[in-house]
This record gives sequence, C-alpha cells and structure tokens, in this order.
Amino acid sequence: MESVVFIFSLIDCCALIFLAVYFIITLSDLECDYINARSCCSKLNKWVIPEVIGHAVVTVLMLISLHWFIFLLNLPIATWNIYRFIMVPSGNMGVFDPTEIHNRGQLKSHMKEAMIKLGFHLLCFFMYLYRLSSCPSSLV
Amino acid sequence: QLPARVPGRGSSGAARCRPGNGWAASSGLPGPVQNQMMHSSDAQGYNPAVPGSYSHPKVPPHQPSGQYNYSGSQNVSQFNSYQGPGQTLNRPPVAPLSGSPVQQTGPVPQVPPPALQNSAAISSAGSFPPGAGPPMLSNWQYSQSAVSHPAGTPPSHLAPGTGTGSAQPSPSLSGNTNPPGSYQYAASPGGPSLHNSFMKPGSAPPPVTQPLTPLHPPPRPPLGPPPVGGPPLIRPSTLTAGPPNTHCTSSIHLKYLSSLLLATPHPSPAPPNLKMNRNVGYSYPALPPGYQNTSPPGAPGMQASALQYPDGSKHFHQPPLGTNHLTASMGSLSLQQEGLRPVNLLQERNILPTTILQAPVPNLHEDIQKLNCNPELFRCTLTNIPQTQALLNKAKLPLGLLLHPFKDLSQLPVVTSSTIVRCRSCRTYINPFVSFLDQRRWKCNLCYRVNDVPEEFMYNPVTRVYGEPHKRPEVQNATIEFMAPSEYMLRPPQPPVYLFVFDVSHNAIETGYLNTVCKTLLDNLDLLPGNTRTKIGFITFDSTIHFYSLQEGLSQPQMLIVSDIEDVFIPMPENLLVNLNENKELIQDLLRTLPQMFTKSLETQSALGPALQAAFKLMSPTGGRISVFQTQLPSVGMGALKSREEPNQRATAKDIHLTPSTDFYKKLALDCSGQQVAVDLFLLSGQYSDLASLGCISRYSAGSVYYYQSYHHKHNPVQVEKLQKELKRYLTRKIGFEAVMRIRCTKGLSIHTFHGNFFVRSTDLLSLPNVNPDAGYAVQMSVEESLTDMQVVSFQSALLYTSSKGERRIRVHTMCLPVVTTLSDVYAGADVQAITGLLANMAVDRSVSATLSDARDALVNAVIDSLSAYRSSVLSIQQPGLMAPSSLRLFPLYVLALLKQKAFQTGTNARLDERIFTMCQVKNQPLVYLMLMTHPSLYRVDNLTDEGALNINDRTIPQPPILQLSVEKLSRDGAYLMDAGSVMFLWIGKNCGQSFISQVLGVPNYGSIPQNMTHLPELETAESIRTIAFVSWLREQRPFFPILYIIKDDSPLKSSFLQNMIEDRTESALSYYEFLLHIQQQVNK
Repeated sequence: MESVVFIFSLIDCCALIFLAVYFIITLSDLECDYINARSCCSKLNKWVIPEVIGHAVVTVLMLISLHWFIFLLNLPIATWNIYRFIMVPSGNMGVFDPTEIHNRGQLKSHMKEAMIKLGFHLLCFFMYLYRLSSCPSSLV
Repeated sequence: QLPARVPGRGSSGAARCRPGNGWAASSGLPGPVQNQMMHSSDAQGYNPAVPGSYSHPKVPPHQPSGQYNYSGSQNVSQFNSYQGPGQTLNRPPVAPLSGSPVQQTGPVPQVPPPALQNSAAISSAGSFPPGAGPPMLSNWQYSQSAVSHPAGTPPSHLAPGTGTGSAQPSPSLSGNTNPPGSYQYAASPGGPSLHNSFMKPGSAPPPVTQPLTPLHPPPRPPLGPPPVGGPPLIRPSTLTAGPPNTHCTSSIHLKYLSSLLLATPHPSPAPPNLKMNRNVGYSYPALPPGYQNTSPPGAPGMQASALQYPDGSKHFHQPPLGTNHLTASMGSLSLQQEGLRPVNLLQERNILPTTILQAPVPNLHEDIQKLNCNPELFRCTLTNIPQTQALLNKAKLPLGLLLHPFKDLSQLPVVTSSTIVRCRSCRTYINPFVSFLDQRRWKCNLCYRVNDVPEEFMYNPVTRVYGEPHKRPEVQNATIEFMAPSEYMLRPPQPPVYLFVFDVSHNAIETGYLNTVCKTLLDNLDLLPGNTRTKIGFITFDSTIHFYSLQEGLSQPQMLIVSDIEDVFIPMPENLLVNLNENKELIQDLLRTLPQMFTKSLETQSALGPALQAAFKLMSPTGGRISVFQTQLPSVGMGALKSREEPNQRATAKDIHLTPSTDFYKKLALDCSGQQVAVDLFLLSGQYSDLASLGCISRYSAGSVYYYQSYHHKHNPVQVEKLQKELKRYLTRKIGFEAVMRIRCTKGLSIHTFHGNFFVRSTDLLSLPNVNPDAGYAVQMSVEESLTDMQVVSFQSALLYTSSKGERRIRVHTMCLPVVTTLSDVYAGADVQAITGLLANMAVDRSVSATLSDARDALVNAVIDSLSAYRSSVLSIQQPGLMAPSSLRLFPLYVLALLKQKAFQTGTNARLDERIFTMCQVKNQPLVYLMLMTHPSLYRVDNLTDEGALNINDRTIPQPPILQLSVEKLSRDGAYLMDAGSVMFLWIGKNCGQSFISQVLGVPNYGSIPQNMTHLPELETAESIRTIAFVSWLREQRPFFPILYIIKDDSPLKSSFLQNMIEDRTESALSYYEFLLHIQQQVNK
C-alpha cells in the first residue's frame, strides 16, 4: 500500500517538476521577448488548474495515508496555489494577466515563484524516492 | 517634383551682397578667391561631376541622390542654410567646419565651389547659363522650391506636387523666425494639415551629374585622391590637434552670424536671429556637445600634422571640451541651489507662485540643455538622477518619466533618409547626446557601444557640407521625426478606417445624443484626417445589431439587421466599410436620416458586447478606430453587466467596485490591439454604467474614454456643447495608426511599470493601435545597476506610427539628465509637478489593486517619507516647523489636492462612474492638464489690467496673478475665474463692481445674471475685450474645449467651485494647514 502511495506521488511530483520547468521556460521566453505577453499568459493560465489539482492530490494523499511530516511540508505551497487561484480579480484573465505581467515586477515574482516551486518539487521527488526505496514491500 | 531650386529672398539678398564672389567662384578664376576656396571647398571635392577621377571605389556621397529628401514646409526662409559654407569663403582665417581635401597629402584640388553656393549666387546674379544651376541641387531634394515666389516676399512654401493642406499662409514671416530650409519643418497647427507637407520618398529625382560639367571641362586633370575619404582621411590624431576651443567656437559664431546677416535682407539685429533660429535646431552657434573626445588615439602623430596643415587642422571641428564638458556647468548651480533652500511650510503662507509653475531646468551644460527635449513632451520626476538605487530609496521620491509623445508641435524637423542611423546593439536612434569619437564613429549614449557613422550620414543636408555628421538635424534636435523606410513596415501602411458604433436603444434616443453626434460628424466629415483611401462605416445596436451597406449605386443606405447576438457574423463581406470620398453622398444621407430612424424604438436592451465583437470583426482585416457611443449598462449578450453601485455605500471608501467585473472587455481589447484596432468609448449615461468594466475596452486598445454624465439634449445643454466641441476635436485631431512605442534608457536604469492606455506587448514595447495627440503616458523606473562613472543618463522614446496619409513615421524624443551622488542634489532637482503626476498614476493602480484608502494613505505617506528623509539626511540644523526643500515646497499642497480630487476623495460626492472616469483621465492625460485638473488656477478678473500683459499677434492678453485656492482669497466685490483644465468657473461676488457686471457680462445688475450662463458676450468695452482675450487665451492652450460656467452665490454649481478650494476644509477632508500639521506630526515622530 505504502509503495503505491509513493509511486503515485513520485509520478505526480515528476509532472509538477515538468510543469515548473515549463513555467520557467515560458516566463523567460517572455522576458527575452521571444513571445508576447498575450500568448505567454494564455499558455500558462491553461496549466494553473492542473498544477493546483496535482499538488492538492498529493497533499490529500499524504493526509489520508497519515504521512504527517510530508503532509505538513506540502500544505503551505498547496494553500498558496489555491489562494492565488481564488484571489484573481474578476477582471483579470487568470493568474497570469497579460496586461499586468510587465508591471510592478510581476514577471520577476512569477519567475521567483516558479523557481521556488521547482526546488520544492525536486526535494519532494527525492524524498518520495527515498521513502519508496526504504519501503519493504517495494523490494518484492 | 521639380528639383530646381531658385533662390528666394534670403539667398538673393546674400547674392546681391557679393555677386562677384559667386561669379568668380563659378568661373573658377584664379585670384584671391581661389585661395580661400582651397580651404573651404566643403562639398566641391566630392562632386559627383567627376566620378571618374576617383580612384576610390566608394560611392561619392552625393550618389544616393533623392534618398535624402529634405523639404521645408511653410514658414521657412530657405536659404539661410546655404549661406553658411558660402560665407566662409570670404574669411580665410575662419575655417569651415568640415573635413576637406586639404587634409590630404595629395595635391590640393583646384575645385569649383560648392554647387549650392554656385547656383545661389549665380541664378540671382544672372551670369550663369539658365538651367545649369538648378539641377545641380537635385541630389538633395528640397521641396520648398520657391520658384514661384518673387524674391523678397514671404513665401508660403509648399511642397510642389505634394501637399495641399499645409498651404496656410505663413504667419507673419519676417525672415528671422524661419528655420532653415534644408529639411522639413512641418508646422502642425493641431490638425491634419501636418501631413500634407510631406513628400513621398519616391519622388526623388534622378541623380544629375552633368550640371557641373561646364565647370569641369573634361581635360581637367583628376582631382587627386578621393576626397570622400574613408577612414584614412579622418585621422583621429588630428582631433586633439585642433585649435583651442574658443577659437573654434568663435569662428563658427562668425560664420554663422555673417550668414544670417547676409541671408536676411532686412536689417534686423543679429542676436534675435540667433535666438529664433536656435529654436528650430539648425544653427546652434555653439559647438556640438556630442563631441567629447575623451581619448586621443594615435596622439603621437598629431603634432606633426597640425603643424603641417595648420588650416586643415581646423577642419576637425571637434571642440576639445573634454570629459568635464558637462560638469563644467556645475557653476550654474544657482538655480538648483534655490531648489534646496529649506522652507518652513508652516510659516510661509503664500507659497503658491503667482505665475504658472515651470518645469525645473536640469543642471546641464548650457549647450546640452539647449538641445534637450521640451519638458512638455518628456519630463522626469527627478531632474538629477540618483546614482544608485540606495540613494533613490533614501530620497523616498518616485523615479519616473512622464511623456506626451504625440503632442501637436508647431515645429518639428522631419528627416527622410534611406538609412536611419541607430545603435547596432540597443537600436537607439542617433540623438544630440551621443558622442562622436571621430568623424567616423559615434558612441551610443544608452549602451555605450561604438558605432560607425554611415557614409550617407557624413553629408549634412542643412549646411550642405560633407563631413559634418554632428551637424545633421538628427544630432541637433532632441525631437525629430523620421520617415520610415520599408523595413519598418510589417505590412503596407493601413488606410485610415473609422467605424462608428451607436447605441440606439430607447434610452439612447431619449438623450438625443444621436442628433448632436451625427450633425457634428456631418460637419466634420471633410476634416477627418485621411487621404483618398479613408474608409468609414457605421453600426447601430440595441438588442440587435444593425449594419449599413453603403454600396455605390444604391439610392439610399441599406440597413441589415443581425439578431443573432450569441454568434455575431458580418452580414456581407464588403460595402459596410466604404471609401469616404467615393461614397460621400450616401454617407451624408445616412447621417441625416440616422437620428430619425429609431425615434419610435421601444427596445430598451443594449447588446454592446456583441456589437463590439461585430465591429472588431469588421475592422480586423485593416485596423483602425472604432468610436463607440453608449448610454447605459450593457444588458444582453456577451459582456452583459450588472449594476454594482450601491449609493448608500459611497461614503465608505471600502467596497467600491473599481475593478472590472468581467474580463470580456479586456480580452476583446487585446484582440483589437492585436489587429491594430483601437476603441474609443463615449459614455453618455445618467445611471451607473460600470465604466470600470467598459473602460477596459479603451484602456488596453489605446483608445480614450469620454464621459458625459447625465447627458440630455434638453435638460443638460451644457453637456451638449461640451460633447460638440470635444467631438469636433476628436474627429479632426491628428491620428497615428498601428503604432508602437518604445522607451529606452541608459544602461543601468530600467523601466518596471507603465501607466497609460496601451498594451505592453513585450518588456518595453507598448502597442498602440491608435495614438492621438491628447494622450499622455508615464513610466516608473528603478536604478538596477549603479550609474557609477556616468555624468549623464539619457532617455529616448520612439513612436513608430502610420500617419493618416499612409506614411510610416518615427517620432523620437531624447532627454538627457545629469547623475548625482548626494541626497541633497536629488532633492534640489525634484520636479514637484511630475512627482505629483506620477504619484497620481501609482495611486490609481493602488486603489484598483488594493483599496482606495490604501491609495490615499500611500499618497500621504509619500509626503511624510520624503520630508522626513529630507529632515533627517539633508538638513544640518534641526529647526522647528515643517521643513521642505524649496523644490518640494508645493508637494504637500499638490498631494492634498490629489486627495480632494474626484478620483481619490472620500465622501458621497463622487459617483462611481465619475470617480473611475477621473481615474482614467489621471492615467491618460498629459501632465499639464492633469495638474490643472488637480490644482486649478484661480485668477481675479474684475480688475484686469494691461500691466505685464502678453502680446500675441496684436492681441493683448492680461496676466492676472494666480491666487491660492482658498475662500479667504475671494472677496464679495470681485469676480474670479477658476481654470480647472476641462472646465472653467467664473464666480461673481455679490457686491461685484457694477461696471464688471454690465460691461463684461452685459446684464444690468447682479440679480439679472442668468442661472445657466456659459458664454461671455462680446461687448465693445475694454473690460470685455480683456476678459474675453484672457479666457480664450487659456482655452487656446489646450486641445479640448473647457466650458465656462458663470456662477453666482445661489448657483447649483457653486459646490463644484468650492470643492476646488483645495486649501479649505471640507466635511471630509483637512484644510491645507491642518494637513501640514498632520504631516509635521508624522515627520517629527
């Protein structure tokens, strides 16, 4: 059972890592003027909900399987994701708004956020991997 | 285009002075003249007449003939500029400024004089074979060929065969106000006429080389080494070998003066000439400030060459101003020191200056400052840029720029050149603040890359001298317009396309706006900026969308109704947007019948969203301008909105809906922006219409918003007049299509926030589907890398647009500011108006992203923080009271004015739409109008005198002092004019002098002043003439039409008047003195 949880978490974590890398690449494309704000934001906004769900699922899974430490580790970032999604003003086109992304250093803060998430997911990845390998049933 | 150039008044006058010289020169006679020519043969050596003799493979500079296309428009006395090189011939010691073949070690060519001088002198002296002179000039095309003008009369120069609209009589030409003719000055009196004076680049004449043949008989031996020179010609070493700076300067002065004196036949004193000419950028008598020869490469050889060629060395006009060129001006600190003088705000009662506050002058060397951009176009909050971000943070003042890039200008140099010289790495346009390392290389002032000067740029069409890249108009004008070649087009320039979208629901018809709009449109149909390609179309909507087919051959317009508003389609592919000129009758017919067509309509729904989608679909193939007239909250289809205003909650600053409720309009605006369509919104509404949501359509598509609260044709006649006047301006003002703007700044500074109506497409590229002359922009900056070792920084805005004549143009403004290292210098250079303007923009953002009260707090904190930073870090002696540097002495007053402005005030006065409209204005208005809107000017007008009056065109305009905005300044026996930008109030005191009432207002007594008086009658009395002159002078200074309300004590508008009394206390806001006390308390904490 334990191994199934971690195998699933591992896969989910991989997806989140890929997503974070995708965010970073797209944002830096915008920074370098390879794409315009409109297309960048529509690309990224598509993936905001999958990211929220992906992370929420792992967090809930950890809660259910009673891995308290991992749950608490995941909780702040999952909450932040949900909060950010909910707090989008009604007039904005999503978390990433093309008309505002160039204002007030938003691009930089988005970038920073994606970097932090990437680091976090990498950490989680190795943690899940370790738990999986140390899990007795997985060796069978 | 006839390339012929016949001297006008200026040159003929000059030629009369010295016909002999011209003759001698033309015939190449040896003699005293010859000697001079050897030194001053500016252009002659490069004459294309003898291309064969050049061994150098390079193309002579004249070859790209017709690529430069300098044309002068109206008030241009053309030949001043040609005289320059010619005059120097008379003065052997005064070396011409250009490199010349004398530099060469080879034989000094015996060459004919410059072609232009030749023809100028000769055609008037009459000793030259007719026809030979003129074509010589065809290499450089002058559009203002004054052929038809008899010499001696002020000609209104028209570009023959090009424009017609600019055929305005040149206003009182006296020769000395004239810019040089060698490039084009478009007088743009605020309208379409600007475009008319331009020439098509394609109209270049073929290169003509034969005219000089008579002067150069074939047997003449080759002229020696190619004077075109190439790099070896310009030895950097000689740069420093030049004569002392003073000598050089004076020589130019001499040359310049003489040319002017000779060029202007009437005996006007020279200094005024100098001054006037300076305005237009051609003849700066001083030296090119761009030259800072920092390093003398190859210095060893220089002495020798200088000795060997004493004359030649003078050709290297580079003034050895040295690196300290800029800081040398630090002596002129007096003005800035004044800015630092501490002022105790609590003690100084009369702090407001009695005249309009001028922008502070940056502390730059005089020569550079002279070239700097007009502060009305480009302004920085800190005219002394702090060197590091830490210093900026310490000062607690915002760093930013305020721009008005497309302002109507009376004089604008326009350059047509096949290559536009730009920095290779950062793409900065060459500007007056670059430095020339030598003749062939220039250093970008933004990224410090060293670039080559292209061959073509070596020729100066103004002076017609080769080898003077630093004298080119591009390097002499901080504001310049380029005609863009085809590289700057992604597609062929679009035609002007105007689409009008009218709300014709029951509610709209009730207001009766359609009548006014259609009539105004009908009147101004011929004045719409455009050309033969102009297209126009109409859509009306209620709960359905109506299109109008204006097909040729139809006897009357055909209406097509689309009732499927969920999935809007265009009913027919063409004839909905039609050519204005070809279908004018049908269009006029439609405009006449439109107001009557819907009078019986009972449809109350409004499908604005679908109508906009339809308009977008119609426009997207071409781009253009959509003007939407809306009178209520859109209620059906996409983009339907719900009322969010709760009148009871107006008082609390919380919970008011400043953010859009849907992203529909924003998305649509971005779609529009992508297709180069701009949407201008006219909201004429009595009820809440959610401007916060609707406004997005204009905000992100670079349109403008107009709001007429409670518009009604009968109940509110004042609004009707306002709409009429503003619509007229809107329809006839200049317009630029498919524009983009980029703002660049010196490496180390970075722009992080933009304010205004546009879409930021990529980091620094603003997408402006339409640009109009009444729009202002602001940006905020930070110092990313410290600006060590920099004495100045520069900012450049470049606006690329398609004019209504279908030309692609680039308007470039460049500003240069000094860098300082101490906090006191930062304060000394603070521009309080610009700071207030930028803070207002930031506060709008803050109130949308957070809350209104946050924004208000932020405004107050801005004052507190900056004054306490000043107190703790700059003031050495701690004094009691509230101390502020003199430059910021008005800061608390202006911030208080902002707090009391409709956009940010608390209380129940402002309706939500009105508040949001004011916020739109804050974001979109140029600084001048924003300041007037925030802090109106108050004048006493019942005792106007001619003392200190201005005299403009024989009109005497009295200049009463500006009073403080406080009721205590009002007296019952006076009359006061308050100028609040878009409105004016004339308040008549109860005991106002009888003479004023009868002689200015034209009524017998106070009691009989009508309630809704908005006009001053034109009476034959001196008082009336003075008052009207003053009011119309104020009105003329702005593009829109401020309505004048005449109010008495019992007028309903009195409250609006009193609300503008910023220094007084209101129910919900502090008085100025209380505000100061509050600030003081916080500062001294």
